[in-house]
Amino acid sequence: MKFTAALAQIHPAVADLTANLDKHIHYIDRARAEGADLLIFPELSLTGYNLQDLAYEVAARPTSEDPAFRVLLLASHDLDLVVGFVHEDPRHRFYIAAAYLSQGRVVHIHNKVYLPTYALFDEGRYFARGDTVQAFDTRFGRMGMLICEDFWHASPPYLLWLDGADALLLLSASPGRGLDTGDRLASARWVELVNQAYASLFTSYVLHCNRVGFEDGLNFWGGSAVTGPDGVMLAQAPYFEEALLVQEIDRSQLHRTRSRLPLLRDERTDLTLRELSRILDEPPASHRSFQKGEER
Amino acid sequence: MTIDIAARLQINTGLAEKILVGFIADGVRKVGFQRAVIGLSGGLDSALSAYLTARALGPENVLVIRMPYAASSPSSMSDAQKVIDALGVQAVTIPITPYVAPFFERFEDMNDIRRGNVMARMRMIILYDQSAAFDGLVIGASNKTETLLGYTTLYGDSAAALQPIGDLYKTQVRQLAAALGVPRSIIDKAPSADLWTGQTDEGEIGYSYAELDRLLYLLVDERFTLEEAVSEGFARRMVEDVWRRVRASHYKRKPAPVAKISQRTIGHDFLYLRDWAG
Repeated sequence: MKFTAALAQIHPAVADLTANLDKHIHYIDRARAEGADLLIFPELSLTGYNLQDLAYEVAARPTSEDPAFRVLLLASHDLDLVVGFVHEDPRHRFYIAAAYLSQGRVVHIHNKVYLPTYALFDEGRYFARGDTVQAFDTRFGRMGMLICEDFWHASPPYLLWLDGADALLLLSASPGRGLDTGDRLASARWVELVNQAYASLFTSYVLHCNRVGFEDGLNFWGGSAVTGPDGVMLAQAPYFEEALLVQEIDRSQLHRTRSRLPLLRDERTDLTLRELSRILDEPPASHRSFQKGEER
Repeated sequence: MTIDIAARLQINTGLAEKILVGFIADGVRKVGFQRAVIGLSGGLDSALSAYLTARALGPENVLVIRMPYAASSPSSMSDAQKVIDALGVQAVTIPITPYVAPFFERFEDMNDIRRGNVMARMRMIILYDQSAAFDGLVIGASNKTETLLGYTTLYGDSAAALQPIGDLYKTQVRQLAAALGVPRSIIDKAPSADLWTGQTDEGEIGYSYAELDRLLYLLVDERFTLEEAVSEGFARRMVEDVWRRVRASHYKRKPAPVAKISQRTIGHDFLYLRDWAG
């Protein structure tokens, strides 16, 4: 079974919900014209990334009551959509979130679980941490969504894989940094390396949509890519420029790759769980901070 | 030495150009401008800034301003002219001598530092006035080396709306300038603030940019301790002197602190990007 996925590598404006929604509609129209079945936008695509105190003003609930989601849910009758937004829960906690919309319904919400709060990042100051990593069923098979720092950690992609996801949808607003003589920034090299590693280790599709543009001094490098279950990058958008990347996804490739390389079949989840329990129950002296039940 | 620092200071100039040109175009246009104003000294930093800005906005949208003082080196004017001719930008020359001379006469005992600061701030006044007249943002030309050392006049040459080359060390500025075709005479001459005759940056600071950049790269970018930098072969006296300068000048890199007394205070917990203005 095949379907056509598209990545909308856009430059959202900080907290300009109207302009950003217009841009979403523009890319939805383009993707529809190119025959896309699924269109993925980057992290915080509806709001811009470094919101600081604006985070609370642009927060939304992903229902048809919300003016932006009303439009997007309507559009999702034509093609499935993944959008990035600030999610305000009923108790007014604010999350960096991604929503999967299909056939007028919200299929799944992922709240970012790892909030980078170091170096140039300050997400933990403004946002609550999500506390679930779950795969979900779509018209095109079971998938999972992660947001930026979520996939700098190995465990969330691993959990999604075990939860049945055959495609990892990765959304990011990755600030470009690390200029040397290489043909791309160090941050781009890193992300491309780990994404190809996930595709290889999990014999799965990895669809990574990264934003472009600038916010104050930060640049966002783009380079959104689709990587196949053999770990080979199938298509990549340009660096630093807005683009729509369209790629056919052949689910039969999962059959072929996993026939050759049965890593999923052989994965010892019971062993993982047993050893993880032991490590949490009896942490080695050098790792006391990993004690069970204790949030680090 | 265990690591080749000079090699790590080498940059992909095409990638740097792409990012910095994009940064200028975006930064100017998203706040509603199309044009820019740059003070052109005849030196390397402002030449590079002018090249990048001309590429970002188109030369017709860039006004460069030469602001010589009576004691400025004549070669500064001619080097600046090479940039103007090469880029086809708009240009105007506004000598600062008639404005600063009366002030210098009022304080005859002024030392070179005070006079240099007055000249740098006079140029800032002209740039910001021409910014309003030309309807263009002021693009800065501060590099990472001089900014870290505080080798700059507060509210003078450091005043700008955007700082495109502020994360490039001087040796990286040279690489990028060469790649963009900045005239060789500008790249090769000894860097100078040209505030008085015979002044050079390296003479005044006491170390070469090649040495300074390698040391600052270790301390700042690679987070080496002072002891680790000494182990890498730098003279202890230089390491301590340079780091003392970085610390002592930190106030120049930060807005003045606001005394907090309310629940929500500018500079503390009233947090918005500059982009918010757009």
